[in-house]
Amino acid sequence: MLTEYWPILLFIGVATGLGLVLLAIGLLAGPRRPESEKLSPYECGFEAFEDARMRFDVRYYLLAILFIIFDLEIAFLFPWAVVFKQIGLVALVEMALFLLLLVIGFAYVWKKGALEWE
Amino acid sequence: MGAQLFNQLLLPILYILCIAVPVIIAVAMFVYWERKVIGWMHVRMGPNKIGPLGLLQAFADVAKLLFKEVILPTSANKFLYYLAPLLALVPAFAAWAVIPFGDKLVLANVNAGLLYLLAMTSLGVYGIILAGWASNSRYALLGAMRSAAQVISYELAMGLCLVCVLVLAGSLNLTDIVHAQAGGKGFFSWFWLPLLPVFVIYFISGVAETNRAPFDVAEGESEIVAGFHVEYSGSAFAIFFLAEYANMILVSFLASVLFLGGWLSPLQGWIHADAPGWINWIWTGGFIWLFIKAFVFAFMFLWFRASFPRYRYDQIMRLGWKVFIPIAIVWVLVAGCMKYYGVVSIGTGG
Repeated sequence: MLTEYWPILLFIGVATGLGLVLLAIGLLAGPRRPESEKLSPYECGFEAFEDARMRFDVRYYLLAILFIIFDLEIAFLFPWAVVFKQIGLVALVEMALFLLLLVIGFAYVWKKGALEWE
Repeated sequence: MGAQLFNQLLLPILYILCIAVPVIIAVAMFVYWERKVIGWMHVRMGPNKIGPLGLLQAFADVAKLLFKEVILPTSANKFLYYLAPLLALVPAFAAWAVIPFGDKLVLANVNAGLLYLLAMTSLGVYGIILAGWASNSRYALLGAMRSAAQVISYELAMGLCLVCVLVLAGSLNLTDIVHAQAGGKGFFSWFWLPLLPVFVIYFISGVAETNRAPFDVAEGESEIVAGFHVEYSGSAFAIFFLAEYANMILVSFLASVLFLGGWLSPLQGWIHADAPGWINWIWTGGFIWLFIKAFVFAFMFLWFRASFPRYRYDQIMRLGWKVFIPIAIVWVLVAGCMKYYGVVSIGTGG
């Protein structure tokens, strides 16, 4: 059964090879004329006056955490969906409860304003 | 030994090239088609100088890009800077391994096909965020943050849509998912009908996930120039470009496979005709149907771009979190009920 996955691994290898070849062509065939102005970060003509790795809005961080939580819950739904037919009514009721809990959490996040962007 | 090497290594690689090379050519033709279609919608000609009807325009662009300088900004992190385009490209191509083009026409008929696809499409975000961070440029970092936040938000809606498909089909195998749509009523036994809201959400999320107009704030030209790949040039930029377009075509194929019956014919089950083999695919189904369906979706990407003004960033996030996710959650339950009460007839054979 695992042999089915072998072509996938090969495909990943081929795709990596394709990317490397394209990069190599660009690096080898393209000209290379470095110049301090050209190599400075693009800021629409302004001098880049400090490191660009600045602080960013904490909402991105919050969003990432919310994403992990909800994505995990979706991952829980996958095995349920596959065996749904075998388990029948119990699966339906259980999933309704699970989704209810999920919705309560979602409503809390919504109410707290974590989803607001302005 | 020689035969084993051939069977286990060279033959699969040959098959892989049979998928990867057409994908690359499809990307080139898609870029040409995009410029042509948007040209027509703007009442312009579009590219028409290079080759007959301008057909070779995209190839000329690729050749030009490959021979341009690849700039490495002084403050950039060299290793990550070159790694990022690869991380964007590899998942966009590797995902094609599990797409079923026909009944037996699939490279890797794996049990966990849908899960693999979800994993691969999620990996694309690493390329975006690494590119933005490694460039060490403000525009790039801002674009990467916006882009990554948008992609992961729509990823959730997309994941829930996949769960709905899964409930009805009862299998993670993409070939089985297509077979499950062969309900004998042709066009009307495909999953788009019972899952209509989810189908719409899936495709719109696909557009947002690939950062395409009208969700292209990440590269909003008038705000943050080009977003995460602003510092990339030459072939490194070409790789990002290739990945983005390969992803668009992938989403088109996926929407066709999951909701529009893949290679199945819309007439399947309606007409029982004895026809010669070469024309039989019209009602029994064949990869040409999949290509037609995918082409329609791919065209819609371009149509959207020409028709809709760009969304504001807060509007995008609101649409993803406050509209799509609630509807998709509700529809997971609806799909469960439909399956339990047997409302949807699920086919078993192609």
